[in-house]
Amino acid sequence: MSTTSLPSVAGSRFTGARALGLLLRSGAVVALVAACIFGAMRYYAFATPENVVNVLRQNSMLGLVALGMTFVILTGGIDLSVGSLLAVAGVVAAMLSTHGSLPAIAGGLGTAMLLGIVNGVLIAKVRIQPFIVTLAMLIAARALALAATAEQSVTVSPDASALSWLGRGELGPVPLPVALLVLAYLIGWTMLRYTRFGRYLYAIGDSEDAARLMGLPVDRIVIATYALSGALAGLGGIVLAARLGAGQPVAGTGWELDAIAAVVVGGTLLTGGQGGAGSTLVGVLLLGVIFNLFNLEGTISPWWQWVLRGVFLLGVVIVQGRLQRRLTHE
Amino acid sequence: MTGAAKPARVAAPPSPPAWRRLVPGPAYAAVAALGVLVALNALFTPNFATASNLWNVLLQVSTVVLVAVGMTLVISTGGIDLSVGSVMAIAGAVAAVLLDRGMAVALPAALIGGTLVGVLNGALVAALRVQPIVVTLATLIAGRGLAQVISHEGELVTIDHPGFALLGRGHLGPIPYQALIALASVAAGVFLLRATPFGRYVLAAGGNPAAARLAGVPVQRTIVSVYAASAFLASVAGLIVASRLGASDAAKIGQNMELDAIAAVVVGGTALSGGRATVLGTVVGALIMQVIATSFNMLLVPYSWSLALKAAIILLAVYLQRPKRV
Repeated sequence: MSTTSLPSVAGSRFTGARALGLLLRSGAVVALVAACIFGAMRYYAFATPENVVNVLRQNSMLGLVALGMTFVILTGGIDLSVGSLLAVAGVVAAMLSTHGSLPAIAGGLGTAMLLGIVNGVLIAKVRIQPFIVTLAMLIAARALALAATAEQSVTVSPDASALSWLGRGELGPVPLPVALLVLAYLIGWTMLRYTRFGRYLYAIGDSEDAARLMGLPVDRIVIATYALSGALAGLGGIVLAARLGAGQPVAGTGWELDAIAAVVVGGTLLTGGQGGAGSTLVGVLLLGVIFNLFNLEGTISPWWQWVLRGVFLLGVVIVQGRLQRRLTHE
Repeated sequence: MTGAAKPARVAAPPSPPAWRRLVPGPAYAAVAALGVLVALNALFTPNFATASNLWNVLLQVSTVVLVAVGMTLVISTGGIDLSVGSVMAIAGAVAAVLLDRGMAVALPAALIGGTLVGVLNGALVAALRVQPIVVTLATLIAGRGLAQVISHEGELVTIDHPGFALLGRGHLGPIPYQALIALASVAAGVFLLRATPFGRYVLAAGGNPAAARLAGVPVQRTIVSVYAASAFLASVAGLIVASRLGASDAAKIGQNMELDAIAAVVVGGTALSGGRATVLGTVVGALIMQVIATSFNMLLVPYSWSLALKAAIILLAVYLQRPKRV
């Protein structure tokens, strides 16, 4: 980046900017590929089908939550309540599982989505900041889950076979949670890229004022976005409850942090308007693979893993910030 | 929060209804709410208005007040500090591990160690312009792990030191030391914000960082200082909790403290958007939350209900303090 560049080198500046943009968008992909190559070379057990399926399955629920978080962050908002909504959905599904799978799944999803709509209405209509609204919902929804269960975990009824199948079933070699994850990201990616709703999300994230002046239904889109985030967190909670065989009122504590970390690592900007579903999937997988490598190494204590995770997150955002600023300067 | 500020919304401002003009400002409203809460409890909660219980409320609120005063400074620059709970755990762990070598080593080491996390937060926010929520999220995660590593890889380190125990359990006359420490931090916070150039810098950096920079305010240094102050106060709070517990429990100390502190700040009337701050309001906010928690506890209402009420109060407080004009 030189301050004396003349119009004649505009072409090279253009390619430079493109290369930077590409690096910014695909830095997480490069890191993911590098981590996988490193793992395959160093650990015999890494590149086995069992391990790959295992990593995918373990991260599928967080992946669902992070997809919803991506939608919210693209509008320039944030959803701190996802961990609590996940717990509410799991608890509700477990409680309703004695009436069969359909009421359980619909009830869990519906409750989480409803609470997401409450978030959205408070943000769009009552105009309270997303951070505060979803912080309050984080506390309130956790309270709801604790109160509804008297702070005990609720067993999933064995009669609800379809519900259990969501968590433990398999489609050929693919565990159902992984299939759900893939499906959700395909739908999410298509929505963001090819639907009016998706384009509106980016417009709102870029400039809410401009979106409003263009006549976009900003309030409706924002409410729908938080509803979607709630529903995806709920889906994650139902899958988790089905896997564990119980809905736990303390499930998902701190998941909002993991989800935000995955979104940020993937390359979606917290300021909104840039990023996408694919980036987040890469972010989720990258964090998952790194954790898996820690476990395969076996000598890194869980506490050091926390330290390294924090340092890694910091490193990624610093590099991203530099690239981003250089790109806007170009 | 540099570069992340969004322009205000453009919707036409509705003129406030007549009743709103009669309601006093948010700061007074918070004081009034606290008064009503205490009065109701004195009337309806058995044993609430006893001296021992009121001291108990003071005792429990003092660590939240310490952390929340620092949080007030950070929030008034338009930032946020999610790492305070982890910093508390780090300070507690450092002190517990070093107490064998005496208080003169352990206390400074704990305070410096904790404050360094804040300096790191501030440097990343100010110099590298990473969003405060991301920076402090990362130090929240890494800090909690670090506290565990320091506590001999996740052990519960018990503390057996009569001098250190005074910090959390000692009294000066009838007043617990920790309440005095909290009071001192409040006084320092009020003085800094109201009477020093630093206070002006903090509000200027939060109100409009670009304008502040052009006006010659040392924005970067100010931001580093507020995050360092927040971490320092969190470290003090961590030492008090460790002393009260008689142990450094790296997994538990300060857990969710960031939420309690943010709630106290917001209920007290400091705007999350920065540029406005009231330390005394934060104290009132912390007291409101603590009185609710204590009275619900005494009335044997389930914990979950007090959580739900907390959430409702945060929302209500922010709703009442919405900017009236665009």
